[in-house]
Amino acid sequence: MNPSKSNPPTFQELILRLQTFWAERGCVLQQPYDVEVGAGTMAPETFLRVLGPDPYKVAYVQPSRRPADGRYGENPNRLFKHMQLQVILKPPPENVQELYLESLAAMGIDLRQHDIKFEEDNWESPTLGAWGIGWQVMLDGLEITQFTYFQQCGGVDLDPISAELTYGLERIAAFLQDVDSIYDIVWSRDPETGRVTTYGDVRLADELQFSVYNFEAADVEKTWKHFELYEAECSALIEAYAASAGKKATSGEPKFDKHRFPLLGAYDLCLKCSHLFNILDARGAISVTERVGVIARVRALAVGIAKAYVEQQGGGAPAKEEGEDAHEKKKTRAKKEKRVTAVS
Amino acid sequence: MPDFLLEIGCEEIPARMIDAASQELQRRVQDLLSRERLPASGSVSYLDTPRRLAVLASGLPSAQPDLAEQVTGPSTNVAYKDGQPTPAAQAFAKKVGLEVAKLSKVTTPKGEYLAAQVTKKGRPAAEILAEALPREISSIYWPKSMYWRRPTERFVRPVRWLVAMLDGAVIPMEFDGIRAGDQSRSHRILANRTVKIPSAGPPYLEALEQAKVLSRGAREKQIRKQLDAVTRAISGARWREDKDLLDTVINLTEFPSVILGNFEREFLELPEEVLVTVMRDHQKYFAVEDASGKLAPHFLAVLNTDGDPQGIIRHGHERVLRARFNDARFFWQTDQKHSLRERVEMLKHVTFQKDLGSYYDKTMRVQRLSSWLCESLRQSGVAVRPGVVHKAACLAKADLTTELVKEFTELQGIVGGLYARAQQLDPDLPEATRFAIADAIYDHYRPESTDDSVPRSVEGAVLSIADKADSIGGMFALGLEPTGSKDPFALRRQANAIIRTIAEHKLPIRLSQLFSDARAVYQDSEAEKKFSAKVDFAVSVSNFFRERLEFYLKDVRGFSYDVVNAVLAAGSEDVADAIARAEAVTKVRPSADFESISIAVKRIKNILRQAREAGKEPAKAIDPGAFQEQAEKDLAAVIPGTAKIVEALRSEHNYEQALMEISKLRPSVDKFFDKVMVMVEDERIRANRLALLQTLLQEFSTIADFSEIVTEGK
Repeated sequence: MNPSKSNPPTFQELILRLQTFWAERGCVLQQPYDVEVGAGTMAPETFLRVLGPDPYKVAYVQPSRRPADGRYGENPNRLFKHMQLQVILKPPPENVQELYLESLAAMGIDLRQHDIKFEEDNWESPTLGAWGIGWQVMLDGLEITQFTYFQQCGGVDLDPISAELTYGLERIAAFLQDVDSIYDIVWSRDPETGRVTTYGDVRLADELQFSVYNFEAADVEKTWKHFELYEAECSALIEAYAASAGKKATSGEPKFDKHRFPLLGAYDLCLKCSHLFNILDARGAISVTERVGVIARVRALAVGIAKAYVEQQGGGAPAKEEGEDAHEKKKTRAKKEKRVTAVS
Repeated sequence: MPDFLLEIGCEEIPARMIDAASQELQRRVQDLLSRERLPASGSVSYLDTPRRLAVLASGLPSAQPDLAEQVTGPSTNVAYKDGQPTPAAQAFAKKVGLEVAKLSKVTTPKGEYLAAQVTKKGRPAAEILAEALPREISSIYWPKSMYWRRPTERFVRPVRWLVAMLDGAVIPMEFDGIRAGDQSRSHRILANRTVKIPSAGPPYLEALEQAKVLSRGAREKQIRKQLDAVTRAISGARWREDKDLLDTVINLTEFPSVILGNFEREFLELPEEVLVTVMRDHQKYFAVEDASGKLAPHFLAVLNTDGDPQGIIRHGHERVLRARFNDARFFWQTDQKHSLRERVEMLKHVTFQKDLGSYYDKTMRVQRLSSWLCESLRQSGVAVRPGVVHKAACLAKADLTTELVKEFTELQGIVGGLYARAQQLDPDLPEATRFAIADAIYDHYRPESTDDSVPRSVEGAVLSIADKADSIGGMFALGLEPTGSKDPFALRRQANAIIRTIAEHKLPIRLSQLFSDARAVYQDSEAEKKFSAKVDFAVSVSNFFRERLEFYLKDVRGFSYDVVNAVLAAGSEDVADAIARAEAVTKVRPSADFESISIAVKRIKNILRQAREAGKEPAKAIDPGAFQEQAEKDLAAVIPGTAKIVEALRSEHNYEQALMEISKLRPSVDKFFDKVMVMVEDERIRANRLALLQTLLQEFSTIADFSEIVTEGK
């Protein structure tokens, strides 16, 4: 038995404590993104928000799907879908490490009774054209958080950079509750009856069924078709943006005004491609030689969107228009775009 | 004479980078102090932890000494006209702050000039350091660095504080937006506060100690002491020494302690290699062995805190390890569903290199290459079992498809060997043969570093060499040879491994043959279509290996550089032979006769070169009728006999004796140079003498080029 955890938080209390902690430190509490992603980094709240100059602080839980990691609910440590609590601090405050350690205390970890180490671990996602420098944070030998200073995202050098904290919620909960299987984690406890609902009660069925789907049932041919449809639409949008941003003055009416252009929609399509690629991979439908090529295709979409997004946010040179003071124009445009971003 | 302190406070620096960076910073500060004429009268030392790099220097001058300098001005021709100072002279006088009359004159090779003695006022140390230190800090080399404020400001991790002091006074400097002060920080958890440094020098060290921050030396001592102490709880047990691991945990802690943890005995059924890899590489634990040297169900974890009185931390570590071992056991069991033989086919889906094909393709090539190598070794009388090599080559890469290797990539080869041992490869194989195959597979990535040993058996050695030669050959043919610091496929390490394996197994292998074979196994393959037309394969591989062999002889075997140059000039094809020649030259070189021969050979080379440059060629053959002097006749007479003896000794690889025979030529050679003038007017006589010298050089340069030997006093 673990003597320090007489009254450990349930899974949902853990999430609530972390969310409260970061909300009190000025973070927007976002909700999980509603398109399948492989990691919290891929949600637009990270991938797009870290681009460009505007400061931002956000925290959210992101269920993350990794089809190949599924184990039919039979392995006590591995999941098809796990939950990350993702925090983005842009730019990182000077005391970001101290804040992080305080968040551990907020979860109920008495640091004086544990061993904590920051061990070199640099993060990279070839699919997103993103990488950063950082550590895996080790608590009594268990990796509980990935701590990354983003340097590049979508192939774009970041200025300012962001700090990304990714907490592995299942691991932390299993540690705090001292259980050996993720499925034994207490998700909630009814305060009136004391009745316990476990992680297994909530999630075991989807671990089993999605493992079957991803490894056995997914129709390879149709999945490829989906991939290609999403990819084609996404590429078309990226091209249309480049065209409308480039030759606005000459070739008649553009399809959309720049600030209305649905790059966010294009990004969803890119996420779909990434997820479908993961299913095909789990299904064993992608040969090793193909693999690199398909990753490069998804990456091309992500990089194309990132570049366009930076430009749309006002990072690129504005198109010059006659009869207007270019400087004034740029200012009003920037203001308008900010408003649009705020409601998007 | 104030003491100096610089402490760079940083977020956790990667353990592998700390030592080199810390030493570099110390060297930079030391160089800066001597460059700026601020030498420390005491020592310049360094101190580092994961969160700080510090340099301490004791007894600095508080300012540079004033410097008396002679400044030269215009030449006296220009400075005076008709005995009167010109405006040029006056301008110079004004510049140095003297009257024209007080100026002196100096004579240089270019003529006479006006000069002045001026005193350059020394600047305060604090001012110079404030100016120069930021540059030194930002010049530290990091294998990987980052920015966190402005893209132009880089360091390994964000810098969070700076202490820069001369005694109790802060040096007013700034780096990446951080102003230096006298506030350091304590251990993160054990004290967790800012620490005021009263003064550079010993008070700094005292302050750190109170803040629970130990120097590297103190951390190492504390870890070793506690490793011993906690292991004592298990009777007869010992912790396994592991230098790399120790270095890592020293640099992951500011105040270390050690705990002993346990795991279930049932996990000992897994191979030791797997258990140790999980503990060492993934969890940074030391393994424990019992009195007989067998792995015991315990581990030692090094903590960055002062202890674990309630066993909470131990409990956590045991939990993590149990999960890891469970995974490993699961993989081990899953892997047995397909034998290594079945897995060979699966290698068709594993890419070796995009242009060189799959690991299946590689397997086929290595099988052929190692068969040829076996055949050639057998012809040279080496006892090697081709059947073992052939089978091992076939299965060597199959473990890349196993779950265990996918999870623990550092166990490639080892897992294949373990599985080959555990599986019935072929019902007809005797157990001893099966084990020989397993061992060859197990060893075939070796040696992976300079500390690693070469394959144990000759069959393992052949497989290892063939595997690496195939990789190097393929990459070179694609034009992907290493350049400068770029060696993404670690071809240099692989070439070093080939050389060491050949050397330690004393294998008679000619590198040119090995690589023409390595090139030949690509014949008519898909890969061959991608080969670069611009590459001169034989030449580039040969140059590459000559460089590697030079490194091996000098840096690994410790031969002196001139011996290595001499030996390699006479051939770098045959590793074992080059070593034998280097040993012989090293032994013989102290003798007076040998030294004299070396000098003579240098002289002969010079004469031949100068003659060639002057268009004077040696005769096609020696013409005994053209000799004039007795000395040249004598020399010509002894050469054939000696050459015959030397050749005989050489073919027996008795190089030492051969060199001694060559040394015996000394009296004849000395007499020749004493009595005979080579570059005479008469063309026939001269050409004949040149031919004699050239013959001498050719006959006796097959073991080493003696002209490369550095002789004393020359």
